[in-house]
Amino acid sequence: MSGNIQLLTDTLAAAKSEGRSALIAYLPAGFPTVDGGIEAVRAVLDGGADVVEVGLPHSDPVLDGPVIQTADDIALRGGVRIADVMRTVREAHRATGKPVLVMTYWNPIDRYGVERFTAELAEAGGAGCILPDLPVQESALWREHADKHGLATVFVVAPSSKDERLAEITAAGSGFVYAASLMGVTGTRESVGAQARDLVERTRATGTGLPVCVGLGVSNPAQAAEVAGFADGVIVGSAFVKRMLDAPDHAAGIEAVRALAGDLAKGVRGQA
Amino acid sequence: MPSEFFIPDPEGRVPSAEGYFGAFGGKFIPEALVAAVDEVAVEYDKAKADPEFARELDDLLVNYTGRPSALTEVPRFAEHAGGARVFLKREDLNHTGSHKINNVLGQALLTKRMGKTRVIAETGAGQHGVATATACALFGLDCTIYMGEIDTQRQALNVARMRMLGAEVIAVKSGSRTLKDAINEAFRDWVANVDRTHYLFGTVAGPHPFPAMVRDFHRVIGVEARRQLLERAGRLPDAAVACVGGGSNAIGLFHAFIPDEGVRLVGCEPAGHGVETGEHAATLTAGEPGILHGSRSYVLQDDEGQITEPYSISAGLDYPGIGPEHAYLKDSGRGEYRAVTDDAAMQALRLLSRTEGIIPAIESAHALAGALEVGKELGEDGLIVVNLSGRGDKDMDTAARYFGLYDTDAEVAADEAGGAAEIEGDAK
Repeated sequence: MSGNIQLLTDTLAAAKSEGRSALIAYLPAGFPTVDGGIEAVRAVLDGGADVVEVGLPHSDPVLDGPVIQTADDIALRGGVRIADVMRTVREAHRATGKPVLVMTYWNPIDRYGVERFTAELAEAGGAGCILPDLPVQESALWREHADKHGLATVFVVAPSSKDERLAEITAAGSGFVYAASLMGVTGTRESVGAQARDLVERTRATGTGLPVCVGLGVSNPAQAAEVAGFADGVIVGSAFVKRMLDAPDHAAGIEAVRALAGDLAKGVRGQA
Repeated sequence: MPSEFFIPDPEGRVPSAEGYFGAFGGKFIPEALVAAVDEVAVEYDKAKADPEFARELDDLLVNYTGRPSALTEVPRFAEHAGGARVFLKREDLNHTGSHKINNVLGQALLTKRMGKTRVIAETGAGQHGVATATACALFGLDCTIYMGEIDTQRQALNVARMRMLGAEVIAVKSGSRTLKDAINEAFRDWVANVDRTHYLFGTVAGPHPFPAMVRDFHRVIGVEARRQLLERAGRLPDAAVACVGGGSNAIGLFHAFIPDEGVRLVGCEPAGHGVETGEHAATLTAGEPGILHGSRSYVLQDDEGQITEPYSISAGLDYPGIGPEHAYLKDSGRGEYRAVTDDAAMQALRLLSRTEGIIPAIESAHALAGALEVGKELGEDGLIVVNLSGRGDKDMDTAARYFGLYDTDAEVAADEAGGAAEIEGDAK
């Protein structure tokens, strides 16, 4: 069974044809529990996210700030397994029909087995993977299996990426390009600076046909609207996780992330 | 004039251009760090080719560090090692008290050449942190040291030393609150501040070029030891023995002996409470290949690639990874790695103290315990060189509690020391 890379491509194209950016949400699997996490992922998709990235929690998330570290800790202490991540992908996709990606670090996949992981992710209805610590030079094996199973390989580009690297990365990637808005780890920020716009422009200047979506630091509808002015997609993670962490109980957390997705969906439509 | 103390591998055997030692190494880093890591590689290659760099570093290694370090024969200790002759390579006598200064001075010079004004580093036992804080004081660089919260407690003396030297010490409270987590936090800092910051990595792990570059800065240990042994003992040793956490002092000792096929290269990993208990940090003994902190090597991990929490009484060895060149030496059969328990290391620490008047770091005591075993294997004709990578001052609180040396702490010590009484007999 082939993965849903085409669904991802079509979804991003549909947003573009509506003259807006897509809203891409992130939540870790197993947070606060496996079933609770599935509920949360479904809530953000129902609330207005176009695409979701399901985090596969890792013991050593070196690119994540304190908010996602906390969620990963909760998920890992709860005993989350890769099978639970696959179930989260499957149920979220089946319930909403929307594209679902996995975001994780390279070691869990390396250890699990690339063929096994990509086959299972495709079978679960996954659309692809974001692997922020797997640079393009080390990615040949992953891409071979991802391509075979119809999964997108979404690479990250950063403000520090030189133009020739942007060309290499966009040539190797598929689905979309994840443009990191700033130099830093995940987390909410007061503002998303001019670096993001510059990076999007430099990425497009490679001639890539891939949508360029901006993540890191975006947390509210006004920021989403600002980023939507120059990017094909707006990626929001820590803000959703924070709503869950701050909520007095699980039901309130679910309603909070659903509401945030709705507000951000307005943001990407310029209605913030 | 060729450099006498900065002696990068003249053969250029490994790694490959992509940073691979056989199947291990590479560069598994976020895109945000690619430009900075590439810059380090380019600057290091330029520095290696620049006689002025070697001259500056040599001058520091001689007149600041105190190189060459002594080679001390320890006959009273060797009586417990099957009668083999044992020599210690005295990296503990370097300025700041360990081998770490060799690498730190090299990278500090590189930091200046890159025009960066801030240095960050991780530290476990505090030896790398102290050396880094020292070099930053010397060169006028801003310095931030990340240290696991547990390690700040068990190595409080080194925390004070770093602060005295003007460094900011940040206690890391995430994960296992030890060395691994300090490295995670340093990476997070680097991603955010890479423009003006160099990550002065302290061991032969991490992404290329760090494993090869840090090795090159420590190669002098083995080059000196080899020369000194030929002069003093008239032959090469049967075994070169070193403790292995990330593996920097071990690779520094081993590397010059790699072409000498008759010299066994013996790395001593921390077995903690025993490898069979699961409470250890014996990465090559019990780990599996995986990716941690930027390179592929052996890693302590579960079946789904989550890194497991290591344990060792030694903060400097309490790490679930290992430099990729050690993984390569292990798999190629050139290196041999064995695990040494907390108790064996602590007995060796006291034995050396009482037989030779040298108090080693707990890290180095793992190598001493390994040397006692290797000596018994070799017998009276054996000749062993051990890297005494650091001095034990920083560990006196841990040792005092372990052996019950505090008058005021008698009850606590009795609880924690456990088998102290039976060790008494061995120490003479």
